[in-house]
Amino acid sequence: MSVVTEAGTGGGEGRRPVTGRGGGVRQSWRDSLIVARRNLIRMTRIPEIVLFGLIQPVMFVVLFTYVFGGSLKVGGSTSAADYRNFLMAGIFAQTVTFATAGAGAGIAEDMHKGLIDRFRALPMARGAVLTGRTLADLVQTALTVIVLAAVALLLGWRVGTDGDTDAFRVAAGFGLLMLCGYAFTWIGALIGLSVRSPEAATNGGLIWLFPVTFISNAFVDPSNMTPWLRHIAEWNPFSAIVQACRVLWANPGQSVSDAWPMRHPVWASLVYSVAIIVIFRTLSVRKYRSATV
Amino acid sequence: MPGAIRAEGLVKTFGDVRALDGVDLDVPEGTVLGLLGPNGAGKTTAVRCLTTLLRPDAGNAVVAGIDVLEDPDAVRHSIGLSGQFAAVDEYLTGRENLVMVGRLYQMGRRDAKARAAELLEQFHLTDAADRITKNYSGGMRRRLDLAAALVVRPPVMFMDEPTTGLDPRNRLQLWDVIKDLVSGGTTLLLTTQYLEEADHLAHDIAVVDHGRVIARGTSDELKARTGGERVEVIVRARELMPQAAAVLTRFGVGELATEDHTRRLTVPVSGGPKLLAEVIRELDSRGIELDDVGLRRPTLDDVFLSLTGHMAEATAAEEGSA
Ligand SMILES: Nc1ncnc2c1ncn2[C@@H]1O[C@H](COP(=O)(O)OP(=O)(O)OP(=O)(O)O)[C@@H](O)[C@H]1O
Ligand SMILES: [Mg+2]
Repeated sequence: MSVVTEAGTGGGEGRRPVTGRGGGVRQSWRDSLIVARRNLIRMTRIPEIVLFGLIQPVMFVVLFTYVFGGSLKVGGSTSAADYRNFLMAGIFAQTVTFATAGAGAGIAEDMHKGLIDRFRALPMARGAVLTGRTLADLVQTALTVIVLAAVALLLGWRVGTDGDTDAFRVAAGFGLLMLCGYAFTWIGALIGLSVRSPEAATNGGLIWLFPVTFISNAFVDPSNMTPWLRHIAEWNPFSAIVQACRVLWANPGQSVSDAWPMRHPVWASLVYSVAIIVIFRTLSVRKYRSATV
Repeated sequence: MPGAIRAEGLVKTFGDVRALDGVDLDVPEGTVLGLLGPNGAGKTTAVRCLTTLLRPDAGNAVVAGIDVLEDPDAVRHSIGLSGQFAAVDEYLTGRENLVMVGRLYQMGRRDAKARAAELLEQFHLTDAADRITKNYSGGMRRRLDLAAALVVRPPVMFMDEPTTGLDPRNRLQLWDVIKDLVSGGTTLLLTTQYLEEADHLAHDIAVVDHGRVIARGTSDELKARTGGERVEVIVRARELMPQAAAVLTRFGVGELATEDHTRRLTVPVSGGPKLLAEVIRELDSRGIELDDVGLRRPTLDDVFLSLTGHMAEATAAEEGSA
């Protein structure tokens, strides 16, 4: 082996750092995209994960529609079609929040394989390993939502069944869903950074989602809950996004309540999502760095 | 002094374990320091502290002229690290791994690609370059990891047991790579279990045990400390051992060591080749047939065993009296 070749100096140009230090919004964004790309490549190499991520919500829709569809009612109506149109916002919201578990498991896996030491010893932006992962999860979530929307349409879901809507409002609903899902992946990131194994991250990332998604307006009307539970449900960020989708898509079963998030669900969803991102990103990045210098 | 590594009084504890207990290191620019020590001595912990991965509880360190605790980001621009366990993404190909690392060192896309191709060639991974690394053999993954550490040709390199798991041919080739790097001015801190490797590559050696540097010096200095030359004979048959022992004791200046199953007898001597000739004549005149005979100088293995052995006894004694 004729060791270090002359051409080896070819890398010399690039050796000079683009920016001086591990800061700067531009570098942060650039490094995050590089890490996101890495995670997306991984997804194409392990398509099972993406596939299971797709099957799960589809299964939920089918089960809820056919098992509960006959017996649950929404508003005064007992029609299966009304329940289906009511249900979909909840299923969509649940689907995007369940991406949390994937983000957590992925980050925990990175942390517990030596790879994280490589990243940490590189002159890269501080939050890029985490931001890159959450961006990649956003892509996966978008893919899942598209497939789910197609299945839902096949099963008879329609927008504008309880009032008027338009393309812009429908798109806005999906946009809010993505934002909310993105916010939740930061909660997953913190869980992934806090546990001792990837398995724990998968479980820990899922367990708390059940109360969050069920103590809400997603599958039943909170007005039938005991008062204290109803308050939780109405102020639950998850309920806000579900309500926002129902309002924007003009689907039935919109909660009638004095609670602010129920009266202004779009604003509430935005505020909640941004707050979650700011809080959990800060905590996660701090945690990621705490073991470093 | 850019390019150098200097650590003073590094302390790192994990619960009750004092992984580092006041480590001082000094690696002049352009030289190689070999860090030797038994399992659990604190070698990896020292490397992790110097490469900004761990924050020491006490002490300070300067790498490439930059204070590690004050400006870790700047340090990261100037170092390459190959950790004890290969740190590559198993679902990326070898090439994708190297390009990613180059990009994260803030190289442009084209430069990163060119450099990756070069390194793949250099580490004989071109054939496997576009396969995911999950299916690489252990040695291939190790080589890829080393390549990743060399992406930007940093002025200061850290390699934690770089040749563990490499076959002899690849180990020799890696030694060449390392020698080449160092002749180009790179400063290297290398940990290893292969004393031969330290002997071969390192200008200076530091032996660590229980988180402390218990000896340092060049390989020759350390060997001289451990003792002088010895005569070693292997007799043809086990029955000959007592007779041979009697002869060797007469010529020796220290305690005779015997090893029954290999029929090996060793005794410290002073007198060099002339004495060896006398020993051989004497053995021959008594009809003691030999399989092998020679004058041996201490190896780094001997240094290592004697140093870390004493250390273990000393601490045991301390604990016993406490
Ligand atoms: N993250 C950690 N948590 C707890 N203990 C640790 C941690 N890292 C290292 N140690 C302990 O610190 C001591 C030194 O470990 P270190 O890995 O530095 O040894 P080493 O010299 O590299 O050993 P080896 O030759 O086996 O690689 C050991 O007792 C080890 O158990
Ligand atoms: Mg080690």
